[in-house]
Amino acid sequence: MTRLGSVLLAIVVAIALAFLLLPLLALFLRVPPGTLVGQLGSGAALDAILVSLKTSLLAHAIILGIGTPVAWVLGTRSFPGRRIAIAAIELPLVLPPAVAGIALLAAFGRRGLLGGTLEGFGISLPFTQAAVIVAIVFVASPFYVRQAIAAFASLDRTLIDASRTLGAGPLRTFRRIGLPLAAGALGAGSSLAFARGLGEFGATIIFAGSFRGETQTAPLAIYAQLDLDFDTAVALGALLIIVSVAVLAAVNLIPAWARSTSVFPIPFASSASR
Amino acid sequence: MGPLHIRVSHPLRVFRLEIALDVGAETVALVGPSGAGKTTFLRAVAGLVRPEHGSVAIDGEVWLDTKTGVSLPPERRSVGLVFQEYALFPHLTVAENVAYGGRARAAELLERFGLAPLAQLHPGELSGGERQRVALARALARDPRVLLLDEPLAALDTQTRAELKAELGERLRELGLPTLLVTHDYDDAAALADRIGVLVEGQIVQLGTAAELVAAPASPFVAEFTGVNFLRGAAVPGFDGLTEIRLADGSTVYSTDPGSGQVGVVVVPWEITLARSAPAGSARNHLTGLIRALTPVGNRVRVSVGPVTAEITAASAEQLELRPGEQVVATFKAAGTRLVPLAPDAPP
Repeated sequence: MTRLGSVLLAIVVAIALAFLLLPLLALFLRVPPGTLVGQLGSGAALDAILVSLKTSLLAHAIILGIGTPVAWVLGTRSFPGRRIAIAAIELPLVLPPAVAGIALLAAFGRRGLLGGTLEGFGISLPFTQAAVIVAIVFVASPFYVRQAIAAFASLDRTLIDASRTLGAGPLRTFRRIGLPLAAGALGAGSSLAFARGLGEFGATIIFAGSFRGETQTAPLAIYAQLDLDFDTAVALGALLIIVSVAVLAAVNLIPAWARSTSVFPIPFASSASR
Repeated sequence: MGPLHIRVSHPLRVFRLEIALDVGAETVALVGPSGAGKTTFLRAVAGLVRPEHGSVAIDGEVWLDTKTGVSLPPERRSVGLVFQEYALFPHLTVAENVAYGGRARAAELLERFGLAPLAQLHPGELSGGERQRVALARALARDPRVLLLDEPLAALDTQTRAELKAELGERLRELGLPTLLVTHDYDDAAALADRIGVLVEGQIVQLGTAAELVAAPASPFVAEFTGVNFLRGAAVPGFDGLTEIRLADGSTVYSTDPGSGQVGVVVVPWEITLARSAPAGSARNHLTGLIRALTPVGNRVRVSVGPVTAEITAASAEQLELRPGEQVVATFKAAGTRLVPLAPDAPP
């Protein structure tokens, strides 16, 4: 490549990076550190952050708890309808969040498909904190499950077969072979899903509304503050970045910590590199 | 311990796998080209493949019976399966790999297989031969009643292979378990197994000891696998009680074996001598032909001449200055041949 070509390429890369990083930089430049800390004390911001954390973490637990076994089945077994099931799981990825929200209302709303049934049990989902969690699970789960299916499907089948012939049933095989060997990819998918869930806006505002302290998550609070006080909105944005980075780090550290303290340590490097 | 009883019938891509086999406290090798259904057969015994029809039982304990719908999952069949590429768990140490099958025997097996010094290493840090030992130890940790080996030597380089062949054979004899191994290499089968079954397109065409297969191969295919010469021809009684066999290329071969009609003439390569011109001597058979190929095998050379292959020492090949394309005479005694009757419409 010519010298000119290299220079042009470098300029394009620099512009792309600047475009991506400039807004984030602007956010932090606009809010002096003092204001940032002060915002934590302001009721609206604190409430929003707490609602966001609570709903995101609960939703994430549901996504991991249900998504992992589902992905294992879809990734390691072949059965009729498997491709359709995978397509259904990936559907929310291409669904506009607002459509997801209105669809959830159509299903679980008071006059929705299952609304009457739920009401019979004394459950009313829309505009509650549970609705926030449902919206996040609906929108964010494909980011994890899709990755997990791919990770399990790419496992060396003979390792699974070997485990079975060594006397391990399907459950033990999943726990001792499937999970540790897919850990790296699962962690990456988990991070993506969590980030997507924390930023959820469209489906949440339609299905759960924006009630302070109840369903108003940080992204919704930013939107609400926009008309009232631009600086508060900006500070909330900066806070959300900090919180999400911190939580992501924690979520990724937990498996590493669990590995390092298990009776049979599994070196992270070897499982991640295979 | 009772024999392992196996009947398997299962469709493969272009033919059916149809095998009936009983294995006592011995090693039986199924040898055949790749794609003959060897691995599918082992997987069916282990429970990783459910055959369309069949039964697997040992000591009256039924693992599979498609008639009654019994099909135990792999974890409930007492088998040890050594996979072709060994399938060691990459995230577990040698000790953990072996203990995966059963903790009780793990320490003893590590010791016995000389793996104790490697116990804390991961499979990625082992040589091919070490991996094979780990795979075998792991398969045995469960104290299986049946041992299955899928191409146990294929993943090794030539030198390690030669070393490990003897070692593995020794181990299998010590264990005294019903053992089934599949391989595409006849020499491996001959070195490791008590009985050898030659598998062609899903069927065992011949089952016997290595000596039996070499002495009387049932078909040209079996002969080719065992490495002996198999010449097809029409036999008629000749002079002096010899049988005269007219080969397809018009040449004639004599045998001390009786026979008539379509026969296969079996000659082992080391019974054939080579010379520049037909030697005067007691040997009755002289086939003149061009050298098609020279293949060194250790300190010997396999020389393909016309329809036969001779095995001579490397020194003799050197002395005769044999080159491909040159004409030589292959000589062997009538007493050194075996005749195998062939069905008239037998496949080539």
